[in-house]
Amino acid sequence: MLIQGKMIALIYCKVFFIMKVDEIKKIAFLARLDVNDRELLSLTNDVNNILNFINKMNEVDTHGIAPLAHPLEINQRLRNDEVTETNQRELFLKNAPAQEAGLFLVPKVIEEV
Amino acid sequence: MYHKTVSELSKALANKAISSVELTKLYLERIKQYNPLLNAYITLTEELALAQAKQADQARAQGQATLLTGVPIAHKDIFCTEGIKTSCASKMLDNFIAPYESTLTAKIKQAGMVLLGKTNMDEFAMGSSNENSYYGACKNPWDIERVPGGSSGGSAVAVAARLAPAATGTDTGGSLRQPGALTGTTGLKPTYGRISRYGMIAFASSLDQGGILTYTAEDAALLLETIAGFDPKDSTSAVEPVPSYSKNLNDSLKGVRIGLPKEYFTSQLDTTIGTTIHTAAKELEKLGANLHEISLPNMGLSVPAYYVIALAECSSNLARYDGVRYGYRCQDPKDLLDLYMRSRGEGLGAEVKRRIMIGTYTLSAGYYDAYYLKAQQIRRLIQEDFIKAFKEVDIILGPTSPTTAFKINEKVDDPVAMYLADIYTVAINLAGLPGISIPAGFSNGLPIGMQLIGNYFAEAKLLNVSHQYQQQTDWHRQMPSQFN
Repeated sequence: MLIQGKMIALIYCKVFFIMKVDEIKKIAFLARLDVNDRELLSLTNDVNNILNFINKMNEVDTHGIAPLAHPLEINQRLRNDEVTETNQRELFLKNAPAQEAGLFLVPKVIEEV
Repeated sequence: MYHKTVSELSKALANKAISSVELTKLYLERIKQYNPLLNAYITLTEELALAQAKQADQARAQGQATLLTGVPIAHKDIFCTEGIKTSCASKMLDNFIAPYESTLTAKIKQAGMVLLGKTNMDEFAMGSSNENSYYGACKNPWDIERVPGGSSGGSAVAVAARLAPAATGTDTGGSLRQPGALTGTTGLKPTYGRISRYGMIAFASSLDQGGILTYTAEDAALLLETIAGFDPKDSTSAVEPVPSYSKNLNDSLKGVRIGLPKEYFTSQLDTTIGTTIHTAAKELEKLGANLHEISLPNMGLSVPAYYVIALAECSSNLARYDGVRYGYRCQDPKDLLDLYMRSRGEGLGAEVKRRIMIGTYTLSAGYYDAYYLKAQQIRRLIQEDFIKAFKEVDIILGPTSPTTAFKINEKVDDPVAMYLADIYTVAINLAGLPGISIPAGFSNGLPIGMQLIGNYFAEAKLLNVSHQYQQQTDWHRQMPSQFN
């Protein structure tokens, strides 16, 4: 751990921090990722390294260039409004971590008043 | 027998030199012997393989065989295979039994091929070394202290060490071509939309494309004919007829225009690899091709733009792993939020989490224009570079990887260094073009891959040029002596 701590400190000097630890915590929450304190340090370092690298994009002026979202720029195909899938509830429930009476179980989400 | 290509095995089965059951047993034996060392397979489907082989032999006896009936194959563990564990090399899906079959694997099954097992990979196809697997790193058979590349590392190793005559894979930014290069195998990534993505676990949907790893371009042609084609179950599947790729393999290369991008041959490229690629280009020139220097001026921006787009799409795609309907769920969640947070926090690996974080950040309010939109504009510039180049040439030629196979653990602490392993491969995914990596030589006993890039749906030309090169060279016939 000490060695790892030293390595992280060394890399820290080179990195321009785009995201501070607090912001990393906020994004992790938005992404619904539980991150422990040990992970938080290396994640902060790595994420900033990557963002610094990504910022190379700013070297080129892209003013007025139409964005390309999809390589083939195809139109979304429409299908006929017909039922093609059958109900496979039992099959799909087989992979559920918790289920009962044909339903997926989760912790209680509605509080009693 | 394990030296034989798919095409040769097809002939051996047809003239009864061997049965599918015998052939399948041979590969299963080799897997049991070498997999503990190489870690190429996550799941071995022995019982199924033997049953399918028996069925294949019966079909052949009844005169109902296709060219591929009875030939074994391995699938990357990213393809859903009904009733078989499909993990994507993640703790998240360690207990996931696919309830349906992907279109690609269904077509292979339909052709009568025998499934040996599911291969190792980087978790959710995120990585360039196969070190990001919940099941441990996969080893390069040319030097087991080195990585095989990724993310289709297990498939590449299975083919390179002859633990399967062919294997499927996927390529989002080089995941078939780079492992192909690092293991001395042939890795084909077709045009975006050429092969259905139905049942192929999504990483970045505008970039993902299925493909194959084989010994030869001839085998790649044979397999592509089987797995390509329109699929109503994939809304981005291309409505393009599938040509007979095998038919054009022997076309003359006379007059074929091959472009070498000057941006590919810089100081970032290992000098031995540079020399090897130039030698390979000269070989094609001897066969009648004309070499041209071309320019792809925005190539330097492809890796940053790729990682913005791929990671944004990944953060969206991986939102589905919530611990509710399938996959890993944390112990004793105290409420629904805790269930989401800990199931994802504990079930996903470090690199996957990094990528989801970046993607979530670049898509969040206030940053979208600076990152995602900017990257899409660069994507347009890169595509235009290629469109312009393909007005002058038929094929673009260059290296697949800037280095040969690197050491295990060499780049794990530096994600950016790992991303730069993809400098020659990501641009073609951004543009949606087809590409292939074929063996072109060695440096210090490690394979070097040459990358050929084609115009949209020009797989036949790519395979033709690759096949002609492989008629003149035997790099693709070399195999690591330890496994011979």
